Amino acid sequence: MSDTRLSVFKTYKLYVGGKFPRSESGRVYEVTDKKGNWLANVPLSSRKDARDAVVAARKAFGGWSGATAYNRGQVLYRVAEMLEGRKEQFVREVAESEGLSKAKAAAVVDAAIDRWVWYAGWTDKIAQVVGGGNPVAGPFFNLSSPEPTGVVVVLAPQESSFLGLVSVIAPVIATGNTAVVVASERAPLPALSLGEVLATSDLPGGVVNVLSGRTAEIATPLAAHQDVNAIDLAGAGTDDGLAKELEIAAADNLKRVLRPQPVDEVDWAATPGTDRMTAFLETKTVWHPTGALGASGSSY
Amino acid sequence: MASVFEYAPAPESRSIADIAPSYGLFIDGEFTEAADGKVFKTVSPSTEEVLSEVAQAGEADVDRAVKAARKAFDTWSALPGSERAKYLFRIARIIQERSRELAVLETLDNGKPIRETRDADLPLVAAHFFYYAGWADKLDHAGFGADPRPLGVAGQVIPWNFPLLMLAWKIAPALATGNTVVLKPAETTPLSALFFADICRQAGLPKGVVNILPGYGDAGASLVAHPDVNKVAFTGSTAVGKQIARTVAGTRKKLTLELGGKGANIVFDDAPIDQAVEGIVNGIFFNQGQVCCAGSRLLVQESIQEELLESLKRRLSTLRLGDPMDKNTDIGAINSEEQLSRITTLVERGEAEGAERWSPACELPESGYWFAPTLFTNVTQAHTIARDEIFGPVLSVLTFRTPDEAVAKANNTPYGLSAGIWTEKGSRILAVANKLRAGVIWSNTFNKFDPTSPFGGYKESGFGREGGRHGLEAYLDV
Repeated sequence: MSDTRLSVFKTYKLYVGGKFPRSESGRVYEVTDKKGNWLANVPLSSRKDARDAVVAARKAFGGWSGATAYNRGQVLYRVAEMLEGRKEQFVREVAESEGLSKAKAAAVVDAAIDRWVWYAGWTDKIAQVVGGGNPVAGPFFNLSSPEPTGVVVVLAPQESSFLGLVSVIAPVIATGNTAVVVASERAPLPALSLGEVLATSDLPGGVVNVLSGRTAEIATPLAAHQDVNAIDLAGAGTDDGLAKELEIAAADNLKRVLRPQPVDEVDWAATPGTDRMTAFLETKTVWHPTGALGASGSSY
Repeated sequence: MASVFEYAPAPESRSIADIAPSYGLFIDGEFTEAADGKVFKTVSPSTEEVLSEVAQAGEADVDRAVKAARKAFDTWSALPGSERAKYLFRIARIIQERSRELAVLETLDNGKPIRETRDADLPLVAAHFFYYAGWADKLDHAGFGADPRPLGVAGQVIPWNFPLLMLAWKIAPALATGNTVVLKPAETTPLSALFFADICRQAGLPKGVVNILPGYGDAGASLVAHPDVNKVAFTGSTAVGKQIARTVAGTRKKLTLELGGKGANIVFDDAPIDQAVEGIVNGIFFNQGQVCCAGSRLLVQESIQEELLESLKRRLSTLRLGDPMDKNTDIGAINSEEQLSRITTLVERGEAEGAERWSPACELPESGYWFAPTLFTNVTQAHTIARDEIFGPVLSVLTFRTPDEAVAKANNTPYGLSAGIWTEKGSRILAVANKLRAGVIWSNTFNKFDPTSPFGGYKESGFGREGGRHGLEAYLDV
């Protein structure tokens, strides 16, 4: 009968380029709950996995950044819809990963779903909020518009394995960037499961790539990677060690760097501002002469 | 080719700029000697004449200046925005009053034509202060939330190509937002910043709010590394920018960088040739090409290459190179011997790699640092002159057949500061502008600047924006 049925474990895999590969290194590591009970073996990504993820993210950038803001908004909303249907699974994973009660984990998952909805609504508004016409002192049309920076490496928060994760991914892709996400090292299961949700949310393959493994091992080659445009150090810790090393490596091609906030200042449940979007936006300003319609004849 | 029009010399009088034989550092409202007594000479690049002897800041002076700025910060940042605004409006007005003097001074110290300092640099400097003055009491409405706070002490390092304008781009937004500043001008062009110090005194600006430290790269490095600096702003080379990014790594210092470029100026076959030629000339020969956003790569559609180049060469033959103080001069002196030798080396490299070099008949003055307007054809993307920033009056001409090819070539650089598009077809302008990875796109125009218009780069041309509402962000804790 059903109470004696042996359950089917899930093989947790990476999410790269819209596919679910194991680590090319063949390595895994054990993930446990807060009490040390075994939960799963997950891929221990190598630097080669990291490079593959950058290639996938770069390949996806043209299409995703070129999609209409409305389209991106619908895709982000679709992520919320898909999550809503798999809520139970995420509540369980968050509860186990973060040692939360079912009720608290459910609140976290609800907040994460709502966050996708929040950012879904931002995709076609941010340009009007941060861009606009500039009243230059001359006969020129002059317009500033935000554009996505490119490929963004996101080191997901180590503690908040799902709400924190969603809070750093959604703003990056809402504006048209593509992302290589390094999941929480200790609690990667919600991130790897999120990959499965993204794969069924009309999000083009490669827009979000999820790696699990040792943050320092994967982040180091990513911070030095010449085809990465920016890095969010949220999960790099605020001590003088890793975050600083990564920022130094990032200077080699002048990546945009979002430094980690002191842990006690981070309240992932609070409504975010626009900072995590604007950190990965460029401003492009386009000029064109306007000509004039004067009594002496037109010059346009 | 013989000049069509002969001009009589029309020199601006230099007596309006009264340059003292020596200048000190400007710290805490006073001119003072360097702690170690070091001085350096600043020369006029068009004549090699020594203009003045200037105190050279070292690490101890940087520390003294940062302390003065820190001390001034509490009071300055606590002033009502409307009061800070009035100081900045005063500064803007005094600059307008003294603009002829400052234009002459800048031309003497920098070597650029008086026509440019008078008609471009100085009007923009005054406008920049006037613009940011108006922001000082309106920061709540700038889109960064209520009551955005200043960062503290800003350490600013600026280049020699637009000495006073770069100072304005740095100091005006910093002060408007309530920060205090320590600014290091470039070692070859310290004078206008020191005259600006005097303007601060005339405006009654509180002591320590603005500190000016003439000096070399070591002083800049000390300033950037100083633990009590909260904000670093740098305009200069990409190599130094990367070094600065490494220095501030792991700190809480906010950083903005405005670095090099290799701007593509794209001319399509339907472009108005005469206008495009003016734009190309302006794009690469304005300020002797010593402009980070210069249009140093001309991408011309293959079918009109001959016609365009013929027209361009004819136009270059009419440029007048010589005494920068002459109001008819188009091309002035290269800023320094060092820069001249860099340009020369890269141009020789261009020839050695097989590109074809051309310059109009052009007599160079005997003293001073000069380089004739130069054009390279048969340039490929692999050539050094198509990849490296030359920062001189040297244009590399490449060709393309399709808009896609033009965009691919334009973007094929680690830089991303500026680009130009010349075509009569509106949809093509918008499509190409959309695809170019550069911070400023000039369509059917080039090298236009305005205090309301954000300026800054993509990729290795740096990050952050100067100018406009966007420029405030660099100096606010947001």
